[in-house]
Amino acid sequence: MTTVPPEVSPLGLTLEAAPHAAAESTATRKKGLGIASWLAIAWLTIMVGSAALADVLPLKDPNAGVAPKRFAPFQSGGPILGADANGRDMLSRTIYGGRISLIIAVCSILVGLFIGGFLGLLAGYFRNWLGNILVGLFDILLAIPQLVLALSLVSVLKGDPNIPEGFHLPIILVLIIALGLVSIPILARITRASTLSWSQRDFVTAARAQGAGHGRILFREVLPNVAPAMFSITLLGMAIAIVAEGGLAILGVSVEPPQSTWGTMIATGKSELDGAPFILWIPIAAVFLTAVSLNYLGDVIRDRFDVRESAL
Amino acid sequence: MRVIGRRIIQLVVVFVVVTFFTVLLISLVPGKPEIVVIPFDNPQHTQRAAFRKENNLDRPLVIQWEKWAGKFVKGDFGNYYQSTGTDPVAKRIKSSAPVSALLILYTQVFSLAVAIPVAIWAAYKSGSRLDKLLNATAFAFISLPAFAVALILGYFLGVKYNLLPTSGYVRITDNPVEHFKTMVIPVLSLSLGQIAVYMRLLRSDLVSTLQEDFILMAKAKGISNRRVLWRHALRPSSLTLLTVAGLSIGTLIGGTLVVEVLLGIPGMGYLIGQAVLARQYVALQSSVALIAIVFVLLNFLIDYLYTVLDPRIRERT
Repeated sequence: MTTVPPEVSPLGLTLEAAPHAAAESTATRKKGLGIASWLAIAWLTIMVGSAALADVLPLKDPNAGVAPKRFAPFQSGGPILGADANGRDMLSRTIYGGRISLIIAVCSILVGLFIGGFLGLLAGYFRNWLGNILVGLFDILLAIPQLVLALSLVSVLKGDPNIPEGFHLPIILVLIIALGLVSIPILARITRASTLSWSQRDFVTAARAQGAGHGRILFREVLPNVAPAMFSITLLGMAIAIVAEGGLAILGVSVEPPQSTWGTMIATGKSELDGAPFILWIPIAAVFLTAVSLNYLGDVIRDRFDVRESAL
Repeated sequence: MRVIGRRIIQLVVVFVVVTFFTVLLISLVPGKPEIVVIPFDNPQHTQRAAFRKENNLDRPLVIQWEKWAGKFVKGDFGNYYQSTGTDPVAKRIKSSAPVSALLILYTQVFSLAVAIPVAIWAAYKSGSRLDKLLNATAFAFISLPAFAVALILGYFLGVKYNLLPTSGYVRITDNPVEHFKTMVIPVLSLSLGQIAVYMRLLRSDLVSTLQEDFILMAKAKGISNRRVLWRHALRPSSLTLLTVAGLSIGTLIGGTLVVEVLLGIPGMGYLIGQAVLARQYVALQSSVALIAIVFVLLNFLIDYLYTVLDPRIRERT
């Protein structure tokens, strides 16, 4: 809700930051991506790759009991990551669950990115009544805590699956719509803030002087410069969406069996804390490692982008 | 004064739109809401008919909202429908809301109490190995969801070493010692992420403040490092911290709901979780509206506090 208007002095800011930033930018460029970035990229590649190829990979049926119940992981003669309370293969469940978790996270953030990004561009570029109305809209969407908004949307849109009356959307779609809607104002505000500073640069004035229309300036001049900030927040948003799905699952509004996500694995596994906690640790580790990788890469991109902006 | 007037108008608009949305929620339920909310009615369907009438479902949305808002401001939050009969939602909220509020209060106090000294320490040693270690730890904690911490702590402190209860809640008036014991795991679960956010923010803020001339001046006057850090450097950063503490309440509310369900703490999250499972949309509606109103009010107050505390902003607006 707090919007301290950014100081409208891009030039002054640039001059101040220049010497320090220039030194830093050459340093980071020489260094390349650190080992942590590569680890994050590797983990995400493995997750996305295994999720995409889950049907082709030699995996056990994630919904069939294939091993003794609560079979501990890393022991010979059984599934490598163990088996859950129903004897289902944990590795296979983690990959198939990750598939739905990732689909939900990626699609919902894409919804947020396209709608929120577009509205944010407009709000940052048109600093008149249109911009004001849009900012008011973002504030209203942000007035309900994110998870509460998503929870209420999912729980009403889901309705009661046992009562066939009325039109039921597939639950995955409901989750994507709800989380997408929640991410719109977040992505919009970041895009707006970035657009605000870029659309006052000299090259935008130059383009306008050459007779470029609003559309051309927005998409050809401003958008390419705003894109790194949007990409960075997209990665952070995906991490938030994965965690949010976990929260929704614990609150009881995620996908229903036979489908599962990392969130529902945690929600159903929480009763195993006494005897076989590894059933919980595996999906928790998957959520954590994915979130930390996305957050880290988002941060790396943001750092580089900031450096580039101030070194200009 | 004019600024405050405009802010209050904004506040009213936000209230109207947000509560309108919560009223709209019931109409979004696929099929007939009365069947979903009351799956087992008597043969005459009197409960369902009463439900439609109570919530004015046969009237236009605007009238629904008007009637709902009229009841809401009087403290009538609708009914909770069960096969054993109906009871008012207000009664449930009255016992749940203080629990969540207390949990959030403890979390904020604890998070700030830990984050401020750690951030000062990290800023003082900025660039050192310690600073980098603290920063990396904070980064990991930001990515670790509260529900994961709750489960991990529940396992180690509760199941394995049996030090603390892993679920349940005791009121402070009943038994203060047990009360704090039941709050340790939930508060820690919610705090780790908050501490990390506050610490990273305050640290970077302090590092830039420490390069200011007035800090050099203070040092030159021979003021001790401790005093320079805690008095001269911390003060300008406190406003940033205040804003973030306010904004993070939204995340904290979400986290609280999940942690409450996980640890069986009878707060708003538990109430909403049960309402969602039992498809009690009236209870959901009222709880969401209440949470949103409190959240908006808190942010409004912080905004106001901000202008009071910082003369520069007061001048500008």
